[in-house]
Amino acid sequence: MPPPPPHRPGAAPDPAPAPGPDPAPALAPTGLGVRIEGRLDFAGGWSTPPFALRLAPGVWTALLGPSGIGKSTILRLLAGLAAGGTLIGRIAADDGAPLAGRVALMGQADLLAPWLSVLDNVCLGARLRGARPDRAAATRLIADVGLAGYEDAKPRTLSGGQRQRVALARTLMEDRALVLLDEPFSALDARTRAEMQELAHATLAGRTVLIVTHEPGEAARLGQALYVFAEGGIDAVAPPPGPPIRDPADPAVLAAQAALLARLRGAAA
Amino acid sequence: MALAGRVGRVLVVAAVLVAFWQGIVWAYDMPVFLLPGPGRVAEVLLAQAPSLAGDALITFGEVLAGFTLGTGLGATLALAMVARPALARALMPVLLFSQAIPFFALAPILVLWFGLGIGSKIAMAVIFIFFPVTSAFYDGLRRTDPALLDLAAVMGARPGRVLWHLRVPAAMPACASGLRLAAVYAPIGAVIGEWVGGAQGGLGYQMLLANGRSKIDLMFAALIVLALGVVAVYAAVDRLARAMEAWAEGR
Repeated sequence: MPPPPPHRPGAAPDPAPAPGPDPAPALAPTGLGVRIEGRLDFAGGWSTPPFALRLAPGVWTALLGPSGIGKSTILRLLAGLAAGGTLIGRIAADDGAPLAGRVALMGQADLLAPWLSVLDNVCLGARLRGARPDRAAATRLIADVGLAGYEDAKPRTLSGGQRQRVALARTLMEDRALVLLDEPFSALDARTRAEMQELAHATLAGRTVLIVTHEPGEAARLGQALYVFAEGGIDAVAPPPGPPIRDPADPAVLAAQAALLARLRGAAA
Repeated sequence: MALAGRVGRVLVVAAVLVAFWQGIVWAYDMPVFLLPGPGRVAEVLLAQAPSLAGDALITFGEVLAGFTLGTGLGATLALAMVARPALARALMPVLLFSQAIPFFALAPILVLWFGLGIGSKIAMAVIFIFFPVTSAFYDGLRRTDPALLDLAAVMGARPGRVLWHLRVPAAMPACASGLRLAAVYAPIGAVIGEWVGGAQGGLGYQMLLANGRSKIDLMFAALIVLALGVVAVYAAVDRLARAMEAWAEGR
């Protein structure tokens, strides 16, 4: 079989139905469906088997994999950034338009500018684009993430959890249809992480979210569609029953978490 | 209290050094034309205060002008090289090559170009600080967290805005180090300029003159004025540098 052509931004949308789990979109006024398919070539000569990853509009898709497997490469390709691997295939949004300008990114490091106040950090995107920041909207979002009154605080005076809340507010301020989360909560302690998962799930409602994580529990709790990226390739896995966000103590969620872990470990063995 | 303690420590160290100096003069029975004692130097310092003050004004005028010009030029070139990587690739070898030139040997040419007045001395100070300042600024501007630059790219940032709103603030601590280097190097450049470049005044010129006339006491007096001035310049620049670091860290 000849390899598919290299990915071109703005390629036509894919008419074929997605093979992965594609649950009916929930309340998705601003969500954007995206499909990434093909294979990844990495430096050093190894490639993934062909895969198709479908981000259904308005829901959370979790991409689970061990550290160093290259799952961030997929996220960086979607973000339009230089990545460690090359996609031989394509990325297509449902509406056929390019993704550039419709993506927001939030990573493990909060990346707050230490010299800027919380409010100015939330307004960073507008300032970097040369636009006038909507400070009233930023103030509302800061309140939404539970930091009302901290607008003028400098990042160094905040705790790790608070800083990640500011990063979330900055992500929300971008108001993009596709939100990419790259292990956003992995540097937080367990309690703060659970709180941040709930807060992110509530505030990002309606958007298409891809969360890249190495935590089976996080994927089982948040993912409406699950993909496992391991040495054998990228495979869709059935999520636990019921819509996210799920109770981490729910036996079905715990079972899904255990199954995901077994899958990760089995693939590595 | 902390300030009083610091001043106290400095005074103790100064007293020990002066005592050591006087001790050598006594122990080896040094003649005045080889090593005058601290008392003799203090006398000359007081007697010659007006003329030394005039020389200090000239030298530190050169230092200040050289510092301002050199850091300004260095910052401008560093910004240009970060904004246009092709420029950096073209200029970096030239900058490195320029460091292989013994600046001492340049002084006569600088006098031809900038005259016997303070112009050639300012030029010498600029030449001395230009490379350390430019490379410190340039390194700082290039070391912005790549993840932050990725975030800016996803946000759809304009390159000029990234330079001004992210790279420059993030480079402030490196710029502060560059300024400290410049504060140390600028006086060396100015004094060497006065030594080699046929000066008409200034502390370096005065030292050379006093040396030639075997007025070692006057030479030491000028040296002490120079050293005190350099410390004052460094202290002032260090305050500025600390303020820049504090701002960049959000303190």
